[in-house]
This record gives sequence, C-alpha cells and structure tokens, in this order.
Amino acid sequence: MASSILTILVFLPVAGALAMLFLPKERPGQFKWVALGTTGLQLLFALWLLASFDRSTADMQFTALASWIPTFNINYHVGIDGLSMPLVFLTALLSFLSIVTSWNITKAPRGYFSLFLLLDAGMMGVFVSLDFFLFYVFWEVMLLPMYFLIGMWGGPQRQYAAIKFFLYTLFGSVLMLLAMLALYFYTDPHTFSIITLIEQARTIDEQLWGIDMRILIWLALFIGFAIKVPIFPFHTWLPLAHVEAPTAVSVILAGVLLKMGIYGLLRISFPFFPVETIGFAYLIALLGVINIIWGAANAIAQTDLKRMVAYSSVSHMGIVLLGMAAVVSMNRGGAEAGINGAVLQMFNHGIITAMLFMLVGILYDQAHHRYIVYPDDYEDESLRGQLGFGGLATHLPVYSAFVALAFFAGLGLPALSAFVSELMCFIGGFSTFRTLTIIGTIGILLNATYFLRAYQKIFMGPANEKWAGLVDISRREIAMLVPLAVLVFWLGLYPAPALDIISVTMGNLLDIFEAAAAQMAGQ
Amino acid sequence: MDIRLQFALLILLLPLASFVLQIFFGKRLGPRAVWISVATAFFTLFLAGSMLLSVALGAPMEYYPEAEWFSLGEFGLTVGFGLDNLALAMLVVVALISALVHLYSVEYMRGDIRYNRYFGYLGLFTFSMNGIVLAHSLIMMYMFWELVGLSSYLLIGHWFEKESAANASKKAFLVNRVGDIGMFIGIMIIWYVTGDVTFQGMYDNVNVDKANMFAGQMGLLSVAGGLIFMGAVGKSAQFPLHIWLPDAMEGPTPVSALIHAATMVAAGVYLTVRLFPVLTPDALLFVASIGAITALLGALTAMTQFDIKRVLAYSTISQLGYMIMAVGLGAQQAAFFHLSTHAMFKGLLFLCSGSVIHALHHALAHKNDHETDPQDMRNMGGLAGKMPITYATMFIGALAISGVPLFSGFLSKDAILAGTLAFAQENPAWWANLFPIAGFAAAAITAFYMFRLIFMTFHGKPADAAVHEHVHESPLVMTGPLVLLAALSFAMFFTLPQVNPLDSEGWFTQALPQAINLTGHESLDVEHLEHGWHDAHDSAVRLSLGVAGGGIALAVLFYLLKLVNMAALAGAMKRIGFYQLSFNKFYVDEIYNALIYRPFLWLTRVITWIDWTFWDQWFIDGIGRNTVRASNRSGWLDFVWLDQFLIDGIGRLTQRLGHTGRKLQGGKVQNYLVWAVAGAMLVFFISGSM
Repeated sequence: MASSILTILVFLPVAGALAMLFLPKERPGQFKWVALGTTGLQLLFALWLLASFDRSTADMQFTALASWIPTFNINYHVGIDGLSMPLVFLTALLSFLSIVTSWNITKAPRGYFSLFLLLDAGMMGVFVSLDFFLFYVFWEVMLLPMYFLIGMWGGPQRQYAAIKFFLYTLFGSVLMLLAMLALYFYTDPHTFSIITLIEQARTIDEQLWGIDMRILIWLALFIGFAIKVPIFPFHTWLPLAHVEAPTAVSVILAGVLLKMGIYGLLRISFPFFPVETIGFAYLIALLGVINIIWGAANAIAQTDLKRMVAYSSVSHMGIVLLGMAAVVSMNRGGAEAGINGAVLQMFNHGIITAMLFMLVGILYDQAHHRYIVYPDDYEDESLRGQLGFGGLATHLPVYSAFVALAFFAGLGLPALSAFVSELMCFIGGFSTFRTLTIIGTIGILLNATYFLRAYQKIFMGPANEKWAGLVDISRREIAMLVPLAVLVFWLGLYPAPALDIISVTMGNLLDIFEAAAAQMAGQ
Repeated sequence: MDIRLQFALLILLLPLASFVLQIFFGKRLGPRAVWISVATAFFTLFLAGSMLLSVALGAPMEYYPEAEWFSLGEFGLTVGFGLDNLALAMLVVVALISALVHLYSVEYMRGDIRYNRYFGYLGLFTFSMNGIVLAHSLIMMYMFWELVGLSSYLLIGHWFEKESAANASKKAFLVNRVGDIGMFIGIMIIWYVTGDVTFQGMYDNVNVDKANMFAGQMGLLSVAGGLIFMGAVGKSAQFPLHIWLPDAMEGPTPVSALIHAATMVAAGVYLTVRLFPVLTPDALLFVASIGAITALLGALTAMTQFDIKRVLAYSTISQLGYMIMAVGLGAQQAAFFHLSTHAMFKGLLFLCSGSVIHALHHALAHKNDHETDPQDMRNMGGLAGKMPITYATMFIGALAISGVPLFSGFLSKDAILAGTLAFAQENPAWWANLFPIAGFAAAAITAFYMFRLIFMTFHGKPADAAVHEHVHESPLVMTGPLVLLAALSFAMFFTLPQVNPLDSEGWFTQALPQAINLTGHESLDVEHLEHGWHDAHDSAVRLSLGVAGGGIALAVLFYLLKLVNMAALAGAMKRIGFYQLSFNKFYVDEIYNALIYRPFLWLTRVITWIDWTFWDQWFIDGIGRNTVRASNRSGWLDFVWLDQFLIDGIGRLTQRLGHTGRKLQGGKVQNYLVWAVAGAMLVFFISGSM
C-alpha cells in the first residue's frame, strides 16, 4: 500500500473517467454518481495518507520509482513530504466537494464529469511528482480539461475566457519547459529528477548572453510559476476565468490551481537555486505586497461579487509571497514563521476561497445574477447603480450566516484559520523586510473593507422585495460547506496538527538557505 | 488542575456556551431560553466576584499559567492566562455590567425578531471581553481584541434592516481595524526585538535592571509602545479614531451601556494600563496628549447634541480621554480607578436613557406615532414624575460623573486631576499646563452637559402632553439594575473599609497599587509620583469642586430656571462659530469623508480601470490582437503574395507560355515550313555574326 498509494490517488480519477466512457448515455444521472464515488474513494485514500504520514521526517514518503523513458533518463517517480501533503489532501477534498457542488449540471454530464476527473488527476499528479518531466506532463495535462470546462460549461464569455486562460498559462509553460530542458542539459548525467537536481542545479556554471545561466533559469521558472499564482502583473487572466467558469471549476481554480504556482516555487525554484532566491527575495516580497494591496484595491471597486472574490485571491496570494520571501531571513524564528505561514496560508486560502465561490454559486443559481451593485454599463438603464440585492439576511438567515463566516474568515478574523497563517506570514516578512511588511499590513484593512462593504450591500439594509422568493440554503449545499467550515474553525483554534505536518520539511528548506547564506558570506 | 485555572476557564467559556446555545438552539428553545443566558452571566459574575474577594481580603494573585499553542522550532506561540489583581478587578467590572445588561435586556428587547440571537451575541461579547482581560500575551489579547470587534459589529448591526445601523456596524469595525494595524505592527516590533510577546516576558525584557533588550534603542521602544497604543485609540474611541462610537449608538441601548460605555471601550484603557510599565516618557507624552485632546473634544461636542444617547456617547469619549490622559501622565492607578467607577455610573446612565427611550417608544407607539424620534431630548421633558426610579437613579449617575463628593466619580476624577496638576508642577515647560487646563475644563463641561441632559429630559414642560400621558416607569427587571448601579456609584463601595468621602484610600487602592514603570526614567519613579499627587491633592479637590459646581450652576441657570435667553445665547455662539463646530462634531466625519474615504474609493476605481481596461483589455489582449493581426498579415503574405502571386504566378506564366506556344503547333505544313526557315536563318545569322 505504502508505495502504491500515490499512484492510486493519481490514477483513480483516470479510471473513473474511463469508466464513464463505457456507460450508456441514456441515463445521464449516473455520471455524477461515478464521479462522486471516485472522488469519495480518493478522499478516503487521502485521509488514510494523512493519518499515516510521518511528521518527524523531511524525507520523501510513500515513494514509488519506475523507469519510464530510459533513453532520456525519465522516470515515473512520485513521493510526498510536508509541503505536498497538505496540498494533496486539499486537492482530494475540494475535488470531492466540487462534484457535490456540480450536482445540478445537466449539460453533457458525461463530458463534464469525466473532464473533471481528469483535472483532478492532473492536479494530484503535479503535487506528487518527483521527476520534473513527469511534473511538466501533469502540469500540461491539467490545462486541457480546464480549457474545456471553462469553454463549454462557463458563462456568456466562456470561449474568450477559456482561450485567454489557455494561452496565458501556456506562455508560462513554455518558459518552464525551457528552464527544464536547460536544467536537463546542463547537469551531468542528464537528469529530470527533482531530488538529484536539488543537489546539482546550483553547480551549473554557464553563461548565456553574458548572464549567469542560473539566473536565467530562475527567472524563466519564476515567470512560469508567477502566471499561475498569479503574481502582479500577470494576474488579469484570473478574474475573467473565475467569472466565466462554472462554480465548481472556480472552486478548483482558486482552491487548488493557484497553489500550483507557489508549490512550483517552493518545490523547484527555491531548493534548486537558494543563492539566486536570496538575491531575488526582495523582489518576491515586493511583488507580494503589491499583490496584497493591488488585489484588495481592485476588489473594493468590483461590482460583481464573483469578481470581487477573484481579486481577493490575488490579495491573499500576496500574503503567501510575503511569507515565503522570509526564507532568507537571518532570524531563524522569523524565517520559520514566514515559510510555515505561507504553506499553511495556501491551504487555508484554498478552504476559504472554496467556501466563497460555493456561496457565490448558490446565490447565482437562484438569482441568475451576482451584482453587488449593478454596473454603470448594465443593459437595463433603470437598474444602473442600484443595489443588486439588499437585505437578504432577513429572508436567508442560514445562507447569510455562512457568507458571514466565509467573509470573516477571508478578512482574517482570529479563531478562524486564515488569521494564524496571515499572522505568521506578516511576522516572517517583518523579520527581514520591515518597511514592505508595514506597507503590506494596510491589506488587513483593505480586505476587511471590501468584504464588509459587500456584506452590507447584499445582506443588510431593508429587504429587497424583488428577492423575497429566494429560498434558503439546501441540505446538499450545507453538506458541502460544513466540512470546510469545520476546517476553518479547527485550524483557527488549533493549528498545531497542520503545522506539525509542514514544519519539519520547511525546516529542511531553511537549512538549505542557511547553508547558502553561509556560503555567500564566506565568499 | 489549579482551582484558579478552573475558575478562569469557566469565566471565559461559560459566556461562549451561552452564545453557542442561543445561536444554534435558540429558535427551538424559544424566548424563555434567554433566562439560561442571564443565569450564566450571573454565575460568571459570582465566579469573578469570589476571586476578587479572595485577593481583596488576602494575598494578591500573580498566576500565569500557559500552554503551547504551536511550535515550529524557534518560533512558537503559547496560550495562557495572566491572572493578577488588575485582571480580576476588570473581570468583575465586565461580569457585573454584563449580568445586569443581560437582565435588563430580557424586558428591553422583548418581542424583538432576533431575541435569542441577541442574547447569543451578548454571550459572544462577554467571552471575547473576558479573553482580552485574561490574555497573558499581546498576541492573545490581539486575537480577542478582534473578536470583541466582531461582537460589537454584530450587536451594532442587530437591527441591520436599518441602513444607518448597517453603516454604523461597518464603520465601527473598519475604524477599529485602522488602530489594530498599528497595534499589530507594534506587537511585531516587540516580537522582533525580544522574541517574547507575553506581558510578563515583555516586562522582563524591557526592564532596565534586567534583560534591557531595548538598551540604546529607546526610540524604537517608544515607537512600539505608541503603535500598540493605537489599538487603544481605536477601541477606546480616542481622537482621531473616535468617530465610530457615536454612530455605534445605532445598536440597542443595553448594548450601548455594556459595550460602548462600560466595558469594550474601556479595553483600550485596560491595554494602556497593562502597557504602562514599558511605555517610555516619550510614548507616555503621546498617550497623554491624545487623551487630553479627546477629553476636551468629546466634552465640547456633548454640549450641543440633542440625541440623548449621543450626549452620553460623547461623554464616554471624553471620559475615556480622561483615563488615557491619566495613564500618559503616570497616574496609571487613577486611570484604572476611573475606569471602574465610570463603568458603573456610565452603564447606569445608558440604562437610564434606555429606560426613558423604552417608555417614550411605547408611548409613541400607543399614539401610532412612528415619526417622532424617541431619543431626541427635545421630545422629552417633565418625565421626573412619571418615571421616579429612572429619574432618581439617573440623577445619581449625573452627580457621580460630574464629580460631586460622596459619589465614586468624585474620587477617581480627583485622582486624575491631581495627576495633571502634579505633572504640570513637575514639568517646567509651558505646555505641561495644558493638561490640567484640559482636565478641569472638561470636568466643568461634563457637569454642565450632564445636568443639561437631566433638566431637558426630566424637568420642564412635556413636549407632547398626549405622549407624556402614556409614559410609564419601566418594570422591575429594568429598574432593578438601575438601582443596583446607582448604589454602586456611591464612593464608599470603592473605599471600604474606610469611609472618607474626600479620600480614595481603601480596598481598591490596596488591591491595585500604582504599577512600576520599567523604562528607568526617574520622573516615573513610583514614590516620586505619589509624592507629587499627595501634594496636589488638596488643590485638586478645591478646584474640581469649583468647576463641577460651576458647570452644574450654569446648567441650572440655562435649562432649569431658564434665566438666560437660550436663543440669544445660541445665536451668539453661532456668530463666533463655536455652536456649529460643536453641533457638527467638529466636522471630523466630513473631513475624513472628503479627504480620505471618497478619494480612496475613487482611487480604487482608477486602479481597477488601470488593471482591467488598460492593462488587461488594452495591453495584454493587445498583444493577442496584434499577434492575430501579425499572423493575418503573414497569412496574407503567405497566401496572397507567396502562394497566389509568386508560386501560382510561376504556374500561370508557364501556362500562358504553354498557351502561346500551343499556337505554334497549328497543324499546317506551310506554317511549320515558315518556322523552320526562320529558325535556320536565325541560327545562320547568329553563327555568322560570331
């Protein structure tokens, strides 16, 4: 079991998708059950993995290694450590809940659910790959179902959004591919093994156009990953893709896909090139702070609730960047706080943003719009500038309570999960980038501003009779929100179990950076 | 488990249990279930009271249990309690007002559509507030600090259908967050320099005789102290962040009494008192200045307001300024003393105003009048006979806050005023005199506006006889708390076993001695300070009696005897601009709206234009569009020019040549002969010319 569990996690959804091909299309209701069963089983495996994960070691666990393309020394090599474990669990959990979210999909269910399972497999593959080539393959595999899910099941501008998402991401992939090939050819023997490259990448001593090769590779990787995070100024594909994507795809997009960029940086860029990372750390922190403030400022100005949530992700990912930039801190405590906070914040943001998108979807399903305020160019002139809803809390007390919980979690209220991780990111950032971090704390205020403004405009004030017919949240919807709410409270009150999983691995990463800093000081 | 720890845990968690019960089961249990919450609140009071009693009678408590919350190696955080006399006294204040407000609300909120939820929120508030009091570290206090902000948000917005209530709750949360950011940065500085954010650790690390980790960087410590104090500026509604508190009066009146008068707003003072040992003279001066400005500004604004709750709100701002100023001037004990006495009489005043509003509201409803504002004092008058208990208790509250001897406010205010005088005595700079001036001026104005309120509400002719007819005294569950708080506004409860109306010496000063400042500045030496206060005491008493008497006398002249033509006076005040300034709250809200809030919202729209219209749609998509255009162009080159023109052109040329050439082969022998002869001649001609 131990060596095949990750393979099962990755290929179980593929098996589910294949099974769907053989099901008769006369009974469209069965596809979602297959998807639910597959992801449910996957979630059980992920839970088992979580329970048997060894928290005391930074080594790769549950590894499996098989030769794949021996000519080029390409292997099927999988394994997880404290960095990937939370993300593997997050992927399994959100995939399962997304199927529940998609329960009412009626348009071409076979295609929808099988693509969803492929997407699930691709994401899972990225987080367990220990071979760069394999990583790259999964990274690309995931693009295709995403393209179709947005382009076919999305909103009115779905095709534009899908193409834009695809091309933008592909541009990043090309840079990553170049970096990967450079790494392959400059190491001897040529290898794609991430484990080996951690030792060897830093020994590359070549130049191109008079620039150090390591810096070029670092930058290519950085831009490739930055698009996915997304880091300012590569972030504008995100609001569009989110707004047009169906609810469950938005959940996955914000909950898991955005983490892949950060994961790539922490799995590849950081340990491969600690010296270069130290050199660029200020840039990462700066971009993080820009993300925080720029994302939040944009969120404040949005009139579409889903777009607002999308920009809030930009802001929250900025906090992650600030925290991870603290790996270079000379203050070990600060570096620990920052990097562990960043990884925890990835997980927490995944949970909270999933809740947010589910809640937006619940409202949209009934009301068929999600304007906080009707925009100035809305087709019906009499509605321009009017509140989209108003006073919903009167009619929908349970739904409003869930939204309030998600909003307050999003604005970093203590006792809810994001508080702990954001606090750690800021403390870490402060230990080395003091001015930047102080500027970044403005985000604490801005995040509260857009969430509370939106809450007031939609839920408070006199009840808008136009929406008196909306019904409160259903049992199925409560069922998909409650697991997330439980995690939000649990990790807010007692984050130690999650941090125990992360901290040993991150300690190992910090050791790499301490050694690199010592080596730089010695030169 | 240690019995003290058990008590502390119960005090913290019982109100939380009440919250969970009312939120999740309230609807099923029905309105009678709120009595469970009331009982919980009183039991919490019993627990806190018995703990305080044990230290008041016996040895002081210094108990700091803590446990690991999480640890990453070098970085880790702990959870724990800081149980000392200060915390216990504060707990009793909170638990007492909370219990009485719970009881009072049973009647006041009866029939409310979210009756149970309201009691749940009261529980959440009490839990969070007790958390602030019990916190052993800055981080833990910060966490409960934010949770208190949440409960305040929920309670101000209890009637969220009202646009004004929804606005007020949001404003309260956001304005508080401005201060909280400062507090957070301050905490990070303390953590960065010392690595320890527990209060005890911080005291040890700052102590000049011990670790002295800030040695040589007292400036940084001043900044850190000033920044953490920003949290208090927000929570305790100090200038320039005081603007949320008057709006917070949109919440139900018992909430105003509990949160926005007696306890939550005092949390900032509590924080500053806790912080006092590590505040440098520079930081303290900053604290004192903020407090003095607030004390005066709040009092000046309260003078001209007509909404009974707004008068009390500005009065609260002013009194909190007093306490903050006192800490800044070194009189930390006096500040906490005033916090405790103020909690009683200000809680009392608010609950009395609630009783009046409640009565008026019902009387108006009886008349089917939903237009008249039951909070406007111009719609009151002559209520004394109708509501004798409310009148008597509110009168006692007014006497206490005005600083009349026999009442608690006299002692605590006097201690603060002695502090200001001693500071001016000690400090030769001219500006040092501004503190006693602000203190005594605010005291005079306080006496004036409080009796203005009493006279406008309870004396004179009723504004509307028909409404006046239907006004009734509130029932026992409401008047009971009033009577109890009125009793606690007498000085003797704070000075037992001594009973000297002019001297605050007693159990309170015994149990809560002046704290030692650890930054090592000799002007902050305890003995030195206490000596100064002792010397200033007599003059402070005389002066404060004078200003309180003067303020009350003016109110009597203006509003009871009406010997002065108010219209003429208001006109005169308008001419010099003072009236408008005070009535419009010194335009602070307008200034913020014009200079910060609106420009900022405009800026976000500009940012989003840059982000979307310019950057994404024009630039990024422009790359896309240009790529499409370029590929169209290359497609055109490729197809039209290269393929259609060049390649196909060659074909066409060949075809044409072939076409023409075909004509040569006409099939006539004569033609072939002509071509053959011509060819031969050409060959001959060419070769011949060579």
